[in-house]
Amino acid sequence: MSSEIWQITWFTVWASALSLLLILPPGVALAWLLARKHWPGKSLIETLVALPLVVPPVATGLVLLKLLGRRGALGGWLERTFGLEIVFTWRAVVVATAVMSFPLLVRTARVAFEGVSPRLEQVARTLGASPWRVFWTVTFPLAARGLAAGAVLAFARGLGEFGATVMVAGFIPGQTVTLALSIYQQVNLGHDEAAWPLLGVSVTLAFGAVWLGERLAQRRTA
Amino acid sequence: MKLTLAGVRLPLTPFALEMDFQLDARVTGIFGPSGAGKTSLLEIIAGLRRPAAGRVTLDGTVLSDADDAPQVFLPPERRGIGYVPQDGALFPHLSVRDNLLYGHGRSSEKAARAGSPDEKLTFAHVTAVLEISALAGRAVGTLSGGEQRRVALGRALLAAPRLLLLDEPLAGLDTPLRERLLPCLARVRDEFGVPMLHVTHAPDEVMELCDEVLVLAQGRLSQRGRPAGLFVAAASPRYVLRDRMEPLPPQG
Repeated sequence: MSSEIWQITWFTVWASALSLLLILPPGVALAWLLARKHWPGKSLIETLVALPLVVPPVATGLVLLKLLGRRGALGGWLERTFGLEIVFTWRAVVVATAVMSFPLLVRTARVAFEGVSPRLEQVARTLGASPWRVFWTVTFPLAARGLAAGAVLAFARGLGEFGATVMVAGFIPGQTVTLALSIYQQVNLGHDEAAWPLLGVSVTLAFGAVWLGERLAQRRTA
Repeated sequence: MKLTLAGVRLPLTPFALEMDFQLDARVTGIFGPSGAGKTSLLEIIAGLRRPAAGRVTLDGTVLSDADDAPQVFLPPERRGIGYVPQDGALFPHLSVRDNLLYGHGRSSEKAARAGSPDEKLTFAHVTAVLEISALAGRAVGTLSGGEQRRVALGRALLAAPRLLLLDEPLAGLDTPLRERLLPCLARVRDEFGVPMLHVTHAPDEVMELCDEVLVLAQGRLSQRGRPAGLFVAAASPRYVLRDRMEPLPPQG
């Protein structure tokens, strides 16, 4: 494979992994809150989080573009305060990937937490464990497999992200071009044969991730 | 041990649990049919449910008070009250030993206990009395029903509770196993002296284990007294309530 394909593959995996790292703590925390607690506005947050699953990714990308652009509310503030540019940089790829894979992570993690019997947590409390200790010694280990499955799914989803990424990150060779973006660009330019190896890499990565995710999910229910 | 529930009320469907009593017996039976509110009563005492009204105190400590402003509610981990639910609720990801040791040496520091013989509540002694020493290295999933219940009981005891709540510890076991575990519970009662509330719908458990019994019906206390005063011998089940000669409906 050419060095360009390696660079694109590496960048895609790296961006997806980084976005997974970013969404893991808030995603797991939110999943736990949704699974275990009742709070005002819960159904609203539930719906908002699920939106990227059903809204056209390009539309999500447009929202991100307006929000994170230099004249956007968040983007302007980030640039003034930290000198951070988001839009049309590698950061935009990470942000778009994070937003698009967040719902998958939260949904899977929520199911994992819901599969842990509250009875076990209650008994742990009566044995003198604080809520924090209960979470780390009972809830988390019992949900771990499902959480890992959710992380793998989110990562796999991130690898293939296209619509939102193309809106906020554009095609900047060597900087924002992922496997999905590159495939589209090559075919668009009439270089179908250049798209084949990219397709092969994409399918291989996705196959590996989905296979791992399924295995994790199955063992949890077994 | 002195447990007081004053004006405690918890809405359930189709009735409300309303409890007003004071207990000081060593082993108190809570007797009644399924759906009488027995488990909810234990959950209130353990701190797993918040009553809508009333005050719960144990040995002078206010556990919960829904009538005062601000309300008092001591979380379960600070009550020093052991709770063994019906199925035992062992932690499936931990070995038998780690289950047994989960609360050991923790709640005992937090709960100020009066005159409980905690030097007896060691791992070696508790597992010996319950005859589960040989199980320590096993995985929870490999235990039989009777073994699981004894491990759950041992786990609660090793947390050195000042009061132990047992929710139908023998329900759902076949008769030979029940016959074997009943003396085991009596041994625990005699050896460790931890006060117990024993929820059951089996009169023979009340007769053999309890010093006093509260009879619950529809969320209210319907009778209370010494077991021998409330139950009379019968053919099947072996005892029935004296002033309700028909046996209570069998429960599963």
